[in-house]
Amino acid sequence: MPVSSNLANEPARVVEMFRKMLLIRAFEEAAGQAFHDGHVRGSVHQYIGEESIAVGICANLRDDDFLTSNHRGHGHSIAKGAHPRAMMLELFGRVGGTSNGKGGSMHIADFSVGMLGANGVIADGCTISVGAAQAIRLLKQDRIVVNFIGDGGINRGPFMEALNWAKVYELPVLFVCENNQIAASTTTRLVTAGEGIAKRAESFGIPAATIDGNDLFEVDSTTARVVAEIRNGSGPQLIQAMTYRLRGHFAHDPAAYRDPRELEAALGREPMVRTEAWLLENGVGADEIAALKAEVDDEIAGYVDEALNAPWPDGSLAFTDVQDVGAPEYPGEGR
Amino acid sequence: MTEMTYAQAARLGLQEEMARDPLVWALGEDLGFEGGMAGQYKGLQAEFGDDRIVDTPISESTIMGAAVGAALAGTRPIAEMRFSDFAMCAVSELVNQGAKARYMFGGQGRVPMVARMPIGIRGGIAAQHSQSPEAWYAHTPGLVVVTPATPADNRGLLKASIRCDDPVVYMEHKGLWGMVGEVDENDQEPIPLGVAATIRSGSDITIVSWAAQVGVAAEAADALAADGISADVIDLRTLYPWDRDAVMNSAARTGRLLVVHEAVRVGGFGGEIAAEVAETLGVPVARLGGERIPIPFSIPLEEAYKIKADRIAARVKRMLA
Ligand SMILES: Cc1ncc(C[n+]2csc(CCOP(=O)(O)OP(=O)(O)O)c2C)c(N)n1
Ligand SMILES: [Mg+2]
Repeated sequence: MPVSSNLANEPARVVEMFRKMLLIRAFEEAAGQAFHDGHVRGSVHQYIGEESIAVGICANLRDDDFLTSNHRGHGHSIAKGAHPRAMMLELFGRVGGTSNGKGGSMHIADFSVGMLGANGVIADGCTISVGAAQAIRLLKQDRIVVNFIGDGGINRGPFMEALNWAKVYELPVLFVCENNQIAASTTTRLVTAGEGIAKRAESFGIPAATIDGNDLFEVDSTTARVVAEIRNGSGPQLIQAMTYRLRGHFAHDPAAYRDPRELEAALGREPMVRTEAWLLENGVGADEIAALKAEVDDEIAGYVDEALNAPWPDGSLAFTDVQDVGAPEYPGEGR
Repeated sequence: MTEMTYAQAARLGLQEEMARDPLVWALGEDLGFEGGMAGQYKGLQAEFGDDRIVDTPISESTIMGAAVGAALAGTRPIAEMRFSDFAMCAVSELVNQGAKARYMFGGQGRVPMVARMPIGIRGGIAAQHSQSPEAWYAHTPGLVVVTPATPADNRGLLKASIRCDDPVVYMEHKGLWGMVGEVDENDQEPIPLGVAATIRSGSDITIVSWAAQVGVAAEAADALAADGISADVIDLRTLYPWDRDAVMNSAARTGRLLVVHEAVRVGGFGGEIAAEVAETLGVPVARLGGERIPIPFSIPLEEAYKIKADRIAARVKRMLA
């Protein structure tokens, strides 16, 4: 497990993390395109502009650590190790998707890498994280749980309940608040009292670090420290990662409520550009970066192609995995 | 008559009621700029101010609980939940508090609020955004449950719900937001709660439905007509109190009842209507409802859940055979 607080001395590791970020970016661009092309239905909440957070956090986790996510979960899933191929198939609703088409974008999960699920209900992941941590304690394991929540989500009761509970029982939970300052079309500052999420956590006695989420290095070093502390029994902690949502709330939101100058300013601070600039300054050639991008784009394009041509699930699959006792029977086509 | 969508009609109804009664106000997420999920609040914040169209934090329990408190304190709030799925974050506030306050406190107060929570399948929004839990609320003493199926009804029933002194669970169907229909803008009268609408007249069977499933039932009735079978199709419009007279009169005349709803059949409200009709009239009854599975994402899976017109027609033919 790579635990490092000195990423700047490990350019090879930066390249590896940058590649993951590229993979997320390419996945999200492709998902948005597929939505606009009518191949993907429902809601696609893109993670574009926040890639450094998921990658920086998850690079410091073990495969068997747990993660709970929210509606904007593609980046979290890829960073935790879910396969983008299976995720793309899921978005397209095809056989071979992470849920064989049962879930779609907002319900991607990969339990094999501890990814306990995206979530369509804001802040419901918070309490699930507490429960996973209780299980870890009961089973005397040394895993930890990471819960991703948005800055809008912190105003739901379950978030506050989960903070309190996690601290009362000193559970191994890392709450990560991705503060992009917006919730759908609402500027969160206008609907959030007090000095914000970090103060809220601190009022429960939970240590909180506020960092520049678009700075991969800062995310990595903070996470390395905090994860080590939690694993050593510090109890819950919170990281507030400041960031910016570069696109609409979902793929079909033009975000007309936003001042275009704000977006323009944010483009200069976005994580891909900054990480790439660091690589260029630190001996990685432009050609190498271009090759990396081409490779990742190819990879994702391949998954889209595959998803377009993959078989649809049979209607009978809608009736599996509901429950054991009292399982529904597939009534067949000719009902 | 003006053509407008189901969403536009709802907006019109709300606008009229807000203009008529300064005690009417709404609270919920993204109502101001966005104007609600389907534009059903569009422009109303600009027109009536931000203390009457209130943008809230993502705090469903408080949106609902605040509506209960504001209703007890003498106003007529509309708690916008966006999806009935999210209203589940606020069930205690509605069921333990709003529905029972008048009764528990011996009639000292009233809860004239509307808990607005769209239901149903819209296509690809899966298990946590597609549910139809109307039976839960119909089961709860103290609540009125309304399920509009047309643009005109979405204006008129919303107006009646806002004027109602009881807490009303108002369930628009997400699949109908874009449905276009005629609305008489000159007629400002609300559509009375508890009164069903007969949308096809027939003599062989009574089909009762509500919300988006009404259109599917009508489609089935039209197909059946081509085969010489005439169905009376009733849009219940209000689930509680449901229009017993309309349903009983029709079923007594046709001698058969089929209830069709998108919600899960097991424990669905169709069972209540079918049982009442069977007990009262002794005529054959049947139900069609969703299988007891969560709503899946992928097209063929979602399709496997839906109750389509051909299934309704086939069921009717079996009943007549
Ligand atoms: C309980 C609940 N209420 C409302 C919604 C609708 N909704 C989905 S995402 C969202 C905004 C979330 O904002 P934030 O938590 O800041 O996350 P971001 O989208 O910025 O990543 C809202 C209101 C929901 N999914 N669940
Ligand atoms: Mg946000």
